[in-house]
Amino acid sequence: MSLEIIEVTKRFGQATAVDHLTLTVPEGEMFGLLGANGAGKTTTFRMILGLLLPTEGVIRWQGEPIDYSKSHLIGYLPEERGLYPKLKVQEQLLYLGRLRGMKKMDILPEINRWLERFHIRDYANKRVEELSKGNQQKIQFIAAVLHRPKLLILDEPFSGLDPVNVELLKEAVLDLKRNGTTIVFSSHRMEHVEELCEHVCILRRGRAVVAGALRELKRSFGKQILVIQGDGPFEELARFPGVLQWKRTAEGVRLQIANEETAQAILGHIAGKVAVRLFALEEPSLNDIFIEKVGAAYE
Amino acid sequence: MNKFFLVVGHTYGTKLRAKAFLVTTAITCLLIIGVANIQPIIEFFTGDEKTHVAVIDRTGSLYGPLEKQVSHDQIALTKITDMENEAKEAVKEGKWDGLLVLSMDAEGLPEAVYYANTIVDNQTPEELERALSQLKTALSAAKLGLTDEQMAELYKPVPFQKVALEKNAKTEEELNQARALVYVLLFAMYMFVLMYGGMIATEVATEKSSRVMEILVSSVSPVQQLFGKIIGVALVSLTQFFVFFAVAFAALKTSGQEVWRFLGFDHLPASIFVYALVFFLLGYLLYAVLFAVLGSLVSRVEDVQPAITPVMMLVVAAFMIAMFGLNAPESAFVTGASFVPFFAPMLMFLRIGLVSVPGWEVALSLALLAATIALLIYFGAKVYRGGVLMYGRMNIFKDMKRAIQLTKK
Repeated sequence: MSLEIIEVTKRFGQATAVDHLTLTVPEGEMFGLLGANGAGKTTTFRMILGLLLPTEGVIRWQGEPIDYSKSHLIGYLPEERGLYPKLKVQEQLLYLGRLRGMKKMDILPEINRWLERFHIRDYANKRVEELSKGNQQKIQFIAAVLHRPKLLILDEPFSGLDPVNVELLKEAVLDLKRNGTTIVFSSHRMEHVEELCEHVCILRRGRAVVAGALRELKRSFGKQILVIQGDGPFEELARFPGVLQWKRTAEGVRLQIANEETAQAILGHIAGKVAVRLFALEEPSLNDIFIEKVGAAYE
Repeated sequence: MNKFFLVVGHTYGTKLRAKAFLVTTAITCLLIIGVANIQPIIEFFTGDEKTHVAVIDRTGSLYGPLEKQVSHDQIALTKITDMENEAKEAVKEGKWDGLLVLSMDAEGLPEAVYYANTIVDNQTPEELERALSQLKTALSAAKLGLTDEQMAELYKPVPFQKVALEKNAKTEEELNQARALVYVLLFAMYMFVLMYGGMIATEVATEKSSRVMEILVSSVSPVQQLFGKIIGVALVSLTQFFVFFAVAFAALKTSGQEVWRFLGFDHLPASIFVYALVFFLLGYLLYAVLFAVLGSLVSRVEDVQPAITPVMMLVVAAFMIAMFGLNAPESAFVTGASFVPFFAPMLMFLRIGLVSVPGWEVALSLALLAATIALLIYFGAKVYRGGVLMYGRMNIFKDMKRAIQLTKK
């Protein structure tokens, strides 16, 4: 009973941005919203925050709609990053924190803690415009979580960051989750969602094409992935009984197979014929599930 | 409410500390000090340049009285006995700045010729001419045998009084003072809107273009934010005005000028000051909301100017009509325009100041104004709420429609 999105539709004139979307995000969980550009992620977030009103349907958090009286409980990292360019980092965070209902003396230690954690302590008195893009994004993230929100909405939190900083931010997000924050985040990178979320939803033109607990989705997928690396040739495996899909990779092939028995049969078939460096059964990825459900590759 | 004050404080604080603002204020203060001391400054630069005029007095009797008549301390007369040609040469060589040759005409009245290298300088010959004409008048009077009393009689102005018959009409004294007050207020309103209206629009557009807006509207309601901005900028402007006023007051005082010479408002009823305040505040609010909404529609700070220009024109139009109205406050045009909300703050106040306006007319004008402001706030908040989420090319009217649509279900 945490965040509920029930049969929500949003139309802008003729265009439908979100189409009968129903989602439940359990309290304290991390929820991943996947989708290409224009799939309706940002519109969904803006509706959750009350910036836009749904054309149909309701959105409730802990049983009540979200409005400005709850803004101290909610953190938001918009997709379009923005801060006051002329303002110093500390002043900026102070103002944004106070707007979220914090007291000045509570904010300052919190700011220090976060700047320390992100290794940008020295920038506290620099103007935002003097900072690099990556560091600006860290500041933006701090602004979203400074007031220890109960519900945190992160719109593409990792885009535009280098791998080191992505790890830094991921750690921070996981920490917040451990402390009981309910987190909804969007990404167009499947692997981020797969790594962090228990629950996922894939949006496509405003509709949820895949939704549910990640483990359940994978279990119910039924099929498995077989990765073989070696010199080949592997072409004949495409017609092997039980192979549903055949795809060449840089090192060999990636096969979708009906069950484990197929893998055993293939192993027997190729043993001694071709040089194999790796032969591994893998869980289906979110991408496999997406392709299965939508019939097209994820953009 | 707490957040509203935070927005006010933030707007006020950052604006006041901005370098551009401090520099502009400082420059304006310097200008004010300069204008207040314009006399000493001009004198400082021209102090040494007394105009030395040589005088050849053929009459033998005019020089004495003329010297007494010339009161200008920038002109120094010296009587010489050289020949005219020599004296002209001396002027050419730069020994003298000018040469005045005095003589008598056939009737025994003074005549004069002024020689100088150029006659660009008007001040000296004019002063000499004035002094000479006075001398001439005195001489003529003496010739006619007029007494001093007769002279005084001759120059006494005609007693001419204007009396208003209508019961509530203002007396002349009241009118003059009212006109001064109206003028001051009109000008203040004009300056205020032009200077700070743009500031509000820019403020909003800056927040939008730096995309910090989306965070802001997710923590503060757009209406609170809108008014926070408007009040914040109003406080900034009042602070700036106060600084200007204080500087002007101090500068005028130290330069020894009479500060309150123009501002003798003792004949005016107290109600007019109340009206001044009411119309000023409502006028500011009306235009401020309009500017803030326009600012919320543009995506880039560069687009602010073209977007607010039509509103600026409206203010200029109001001011023009008001300037015309100062001399014809009872014309049908001014009367009609004083009910149009965008002109009312200037024109209705002008009418109240200068003619007696029936109570219902004032009430109607105020009601229309207040209703327009309420309507603007209602729609403005809607446009603002949607507008801050929109980016892209600018088309004010289309954007307004889109922005309102965004706030709908």
